[in-house]
Amino acid sequence: MFESILITIATAATPLLIASIGELVVERSGVLNLGVEGMMVMGAVTGFGVTLATGSPWLGIFAAIAVGALFSLLFGFLTLTLVTNQVATGLALTLLGLGLSGMLGEGFVGQPGIKLGNLDIPFLSDLPVIGRLIFGQDPVFYLSILLTVGVAWFLFRTRAGLTLRSVGDNHGSAHALGINVIGIRYLAVMFGGACAGLAGAYLSLVYTPQWIENMTAGRGWIALALVVFASWRPWRVLAGAYLFGAVSIGQLHAQALGIGVPSQLLSSLPYLATIVVLVLISRNRRLTMVNTPASLGRPFVPDR
Amino acid sequence: MKSKILSFAAAAAVLSLGTMAAEAATKACYIYVGPIGDFGWSYQHHQGLEQMKAELGDQVETAYLESVPEGADAERAIERFARSGCNIIFTTSFGYMDPTNKVAGKFPDVKFEHATGYKRDHPNVATYNSKFHEGRYVQGVIAAKMSKAGVAGYIASFPIPEVVMGINSFVLGAQSINPDFKLKVVWANTWFDPGKEADAAKALIDQGVDIITQHTDSTAPMQVATERGIKAFGQASDMIKFGPETQLTSIVDNWGPYYTERVKAVIDGTWKQHDVWGGMKEGHVVMAPYANMPDDVKKLAEETEAKIKSGEFNPFTGPIKKQDGSEWLKDGEVAEDGVLLGMNFYVQGVDDRLPK
Repeated sequence: MFESILITIATAATPLLIASIGELVVERSGVLNLGVEGMMVMGAVTGFGVTLATGSPWLGIFAAIAVGALFSLLFGFLTLTLVTNQVATGLALTLLGLGLSGMLGEGFVGQPGIKLGNLDIPFLSDLPVIGRLIFGQDPVFYLSILLTVGVAWFLFRTRAGLTLRSVGDNHGSAHALGINVIGIRYLAVMFGGACAGLAGAYLSLVYTPQWIENMTAGRGWIALALVVFASWRPWRVLAGAYLFGAVSIGQLHAQALGIGVPSQLLSSLPYLATIVVLVLISRNRRLTMVNTPASLGRPFVPDR
Repeated sequence: MKSKILSFAAAAAVLSLGTMAAEAATKACYIYVGPIGDFGWSYQHHQGLEQMKAELGDQVETAYLESVPEGADAERAIERFARSGCNIIFTTSFGYMDPTNKVAGKFPDVKFEHATGYKRDHPNVATYNSKFHEGRYVQGVIAAKMSKAGVAGYIASFPIPEVVMGINSFVLGAQSINPDFKLKVVWANTWFDPGKEADAAKALIDQGVDIITQHTDSTAPMQVATERGIKAFGQASDMIKFGPETQLTSIVDNWGPYYTERVKAVIDGTWKQHDVWGGMKEGHVVMAPYANMPDDVKKLAEETEAKIKSGEFNPFTGPIKKQDGSEWLKDGEVAEDGVLLGMNFYVQGVDDRLPK
């Protein structure tokens, strides 16, 4: 039972983690993309549709990543090239994604999907307690951990990561140094889109293998909030996503046990707990200031 | 996809043409609270529309708006339909109650039908609802027969009378077979969030229930039950495709016959205001084929269904005790509809405290 609860928590946390890590990179480059929910739901419908057509969940996942990146390119073109307002454009992207995915997915409603299989390593996956947890989960779970490690390493241990952060901190100076601000931001936005697409595909291929309109049910917004509360640090995003997942699952168990705490309060616990903990670990103001991308959401127009 | 675009186009065309279209055929319009792709509540209303259209053919023209939020937006949407030449407008969610009545006052020649509400301020407003709890009683009977653990799990949405009524009816059905039957309830506090519904199902199964039933709209719990190899009941639509070896039966919201009857009444000029709370007898509530159970359980389920359908038996017939052990209904006493429609307490045997 304990093992299966932990696996349930990992399943709940994985889509949030993937989408947040993507958005973290976008925001570190100084761009605020509020379209995570829209890109996620586009990934979900693409992943489901392609899997249904080809029979291969892997193709579905790759297609979802591609569509997420393409969809974010629309946001990139509007905000980076045409310099539209990032907040409004991001919201529009979410609305567009929700509507478009509903239309594209109309034929998929009521069709059972194909689930991406779990890892199964002989012997190791059968170990007691930790076997399935460490060696027997779905491949995307491992990918999400690798993504976190990779992004943390990239941002803080590589020159390219430093360049990306400098663009997010002061695009004027970066530009003066000859860095291609717009180009880097395009890449970051597309990475965020690809991650959101993958997170969406996780919903429609692993979490609940089916397509229903609006099936992301607000997870994109939670991912966005996680990035801010984790003060733009990859490991804190991971902690936040898992904390949110753990409290979400824990409160359902508390309800099923019938402990008599009002369910409305229990339902709000994941949000409360995550905010409180992440605010506490980010309470060092100086550190938070250092981590906040100073150019976040500010439009950049190179001198002509 | 095509039909969606067409019907929007039709709505737009009619908007500009005004009453011209109304003379050709009777126009029936629908307002949905969710997307028609939810495979639950709004999906089933839309199925009802399709069935009505198939029955009445050329005599009727239809239009619909989906995902209309309850509140000010709803009033605008309803009024737009009324102006565009709709002869009858179905507003299919509880929260449309006040907007429907408000618009109805301004358009006395248009008929309004509001689902699940109780306000009929004008003679051109009718209300309709279904006794879904009748199906829940049958599910309870099946659950008690099929469960080895003697505990079922119930994924609930919001603590409103309709949901509480369903939980109570399920427990009463189960206890008619096994007096010690227990029910664990988890409130998802949402009508629709596949991930959360799946998590709730997993939590319940981890705590030892071996039957899952739900009063939320997605097919996710059915899939989880299939994965874990236990049995489950579907909700709103027949979900057998999501659990060919899992679904025992499902309560299907069957609005087609009602919509056909009411639109036909408008065509014939016999439409009258009424308040209908139809159940199995009226064909509003239909059970999906009984599956994945032994023949004797199936037979028992069919007998129970037949008794409710014929009106011989009401699920809320005494003696029934409230959760705290106090008496609610005396032996042979039948609950009044009014009490049921405002139900805010559990009967004995529910392992949960009702959120207030």
